[in-house]
Amino acid sequence: MKLKDTAALNALRAKSLALLENRRVSNLITTMNAQGKPRHIMVCGGTGCHASDSPEIAKLLKEELERRGLSDQVEVLQTGCFGFCEKGPILEIHPDNTLYVEVSTTDVADIVEEHFIQGKQLERLLYIEPNTEKRFASDLPFYHNQLRIALRNCSYIAPENILEYIAADGYQAIAKVLFKMTPDSVIAEIKKSGLRGRGGGGFLTGVKWELTRQGEAKQRYIICNADEGDPGAFMDRSILEGDPHSVLEAMLIAGSVIGSTHGFIYIRAEYPLAIHRLEIAISQAREYGLLGKEILGSDFCFDVEIKYGAGAFVCGEETALIHSIEGARGEPSVKPPFPAQKGLWGKPTCVNNVETLANISPIILRGSDWFARIGTEKSKGTKVFALAGKVNNVGLVEVPMGTTLRQIIFDIGGGIKHHRNFKAAQTGGPSGGCIPTRYLDTPIDYESLISIGSMMGSGGLIVMDDSDCMVNIAKFFLEFTVDESCGRCTACRVGTKRLHETLTKITEGKGTLDDLESLEKLSKIIKDTSLCGLGQSAPNPILSTLEYFRDEYLAHIVDRSCPAGVCKSLLKYKITDKCKGCTLCTKHCPANCITGSAKELHVIDEERCLKCGACMEKCHFGAIIRH
Amino acid sequence: MCNNPLLKDPYQLLDNYIDNLPYKKENLIVILHHAQQLFGYLPDKVQWHIAQKLDIPSAKVYGVVSFYSFFTMKPRGQHVANVCMGTACFVRGSEKLQQEIENQLGIKTGQTTSDNSFSLDSVRCIGACGLAPVMTVDGKVHGRLESTEDINQVLDKYRTEARD
Repeated sequence: MKLKDTAALNALRAKSLALLENRRVSNLITTMNAQGKPRHIMVCGGTGCHASDSPEIAKLLKEELERRGLSDQVEVLQTGCFGFCEKGPILEIHPDNTLYVEVSTTDVADIVEEHFIQGKQLERLLYIEPNTEKRFASDLPFYHNQLRIALRNCSYIAPENILEYIAADGYQAIAKVLFKMTPDSVIAEIKKSGLRGRGGGGFLTGVKWELTRQGEAKQRYIICNADEGDPGAFMDRSILEGDPHSVLEAMLIAGSVIGSTHGFIYIRAEYPLAIHRLEIAISQAREYGLLGKEILGSDFCFDVEIKYGAGAFVCGEETALIHSIEGARGEPSVKPPFPAQKGLWGKPTCVNNVETLANISPIILRGSDWFARIGTEKSKGTKVFALAGKVNNVGLVEVPMGTTLRQIIFDIGGGIKHHRNFKAAQTGGPSGGCIPTRYLDTPIDYESLISIGSMMGSGGLIVMDDSDCMVNIAKFFLEFTVDESCGRCTACRVGTKRLHETLTKITEGKGTLDDLESLEKLSKIIKDTSLCGLGQSAPNPILSTLEYFRDEYLAHIVDRSCPAGVCKSLLKYKITDKCKGCTLCTKHCPANCITGSAKELHVIDEERCLKCGACMEKCHFGAIIRH
Repeated sequence: MCNNPLLKDPYQLLDNYIDNLPYKKENLIVILHHAQQLFGYLPDKVQWHIAQKLDIPSAKVYGVVSFYSFFTMKPRGQHVANVCMGTACFVRGSEKLQQEIENQLGIKTGQTTSDNSFSLDSVRCIGACGLAPVMTVDGKVHGRLESTEDINQVLDKYRTEARD
């Protein structure tokens, strides 16, 4: 059914509102007969929960409800990411306002029996806050300091049903843009909102649109950059999985403003679920005439095509991405000309990141003033962070710009795993830096992160504790850039390789003090002379760790030791007199380098020791130490 | 891989696919994705075939194939294991996981076992950071692989399948 005008869209919205009617309305658990309308079980269908069998849980729930004769009263739906990945798989029951965590396939019968038949909460599946041991059925502390704009519909609607999106004010923004605004007023509104690119660069989105709109051209293109290559960041994927229509709608808006009829979504082939949901969304949008010719009865025509990446980090850079869409090697080219002047097939092209696009419709509907009130002076709105590493609550969090790292890691993230000590937070992926304890209270935005030697990047936030070796972390990131350098410019291709070699030398205990100087010097040269952002920012992990964790580098070089106990070549294993001579370690040593008879103190031959740590893991008496 | 005699000649299938595309040269990457699905990998012969079909230099096809890590020029094993080497998995011990699997399979990352049952590779973040460290086998995600036993269990599952 093609929607011919705004009135038809509004009529469909009015009809679809019933779908969302019972979500988040009541705090009471209702017994099965008290409620006339069907209740909804929202099962998290993000990649993380998907990997822990959430589709199977959904299927079993349906079967069990059928068996108990409840299938017409309770509906099971798959949603996008709830964000609280640590406790997945998650499911939420509406309108009972109940969230169950770490659900497994074996819990299905109990959920149906206790929750739906007896009408009481299943206590054992509620979230328990580890510090207070208090149980939560709703309003979890994890969500307290969050503000979900880009993620507004993730976990709230079923992404595979366009009617739910329409009921949640979907496609109202494009209707407003087409019939109540001019391209200039839209650009002015986006500029005034202060929205900046969420992919890393932080360029003003409104200005980008304006530049692409200028100049003579018969065709212009809009590209959605979903090539999320930053290891440890998964917000773009979650938005596409949980709310694909919000991205399509924003592309429509951008297309109508810059004068484009054709959009591309460039997505990683490694994201099968996101691709699947996008394909569904595109075909549903076409079915309702929200993509295609004469959208909502206007003269605006627009369609979207998916293009697959093939595993190259550098393709996140806009000129490289454009070459990849053209079917070539994804090598960046010199700017200017910028894509806004000369992009895809030589035509003006606007490349926007997924999260940036997800912010567009709310700005159009609620106004730039509302958006500009959130955040800091120069960074407006919210930012989604993929919180991961040594933190209790791994997940996806969306907070206003200007929130401090401490609030994110300790209040939302629930602190460090296993009660260890915080050492550093890494933002910006391979282009960013490591932020030490002393900056935990810095309000984070684009500028403040750069001033402390890191960057926003796409929003990966990896927490490290005292068992992480910062030299090894720097080496890890350089290994990544060596791998991913496209090889076009010498500074990046050869320079990152030399940096990696020097770091390897240091972690093997063969470093000298001169190496530190050469690391710094070479880093600066690479920063100054590389062609694209990948090379220009590749030395950041080294420069930031050298600045904040120089003592660790010195320990590796001067004392030939690794304080965190990570760098194998610098470790020594020793058996202390706690040894009972049980001979267990000799049996597990792959190098056969532990000698000693039963009931006597054993000895490790350091020359032959592989430093695998197997003996230490196996010893029942804690007699083996690492130093 | 196409070893089912009931299926048509993969070259024929590939040609049909290409003939149905609105644009040809611009869709080189899409075509390569499809070819890899049909053949399992992209040997010289297939690259040469595509180059001729699209009327572009085979050096260009090779240039693209060798640039993107998703494309492989070597045949893969029956099961493909990918260890996640994203930062979140790295700080939660994916290096150890990788070594352990290398030991158990007796191959290095990027290689295939001699009986052709497993290929081992690494990927950069599949976004299941809550389950770190993770690996995928044939696209299915296995998480929280912290001990030798966990890894063994996963591999065993596929080993049995390989024997059946």
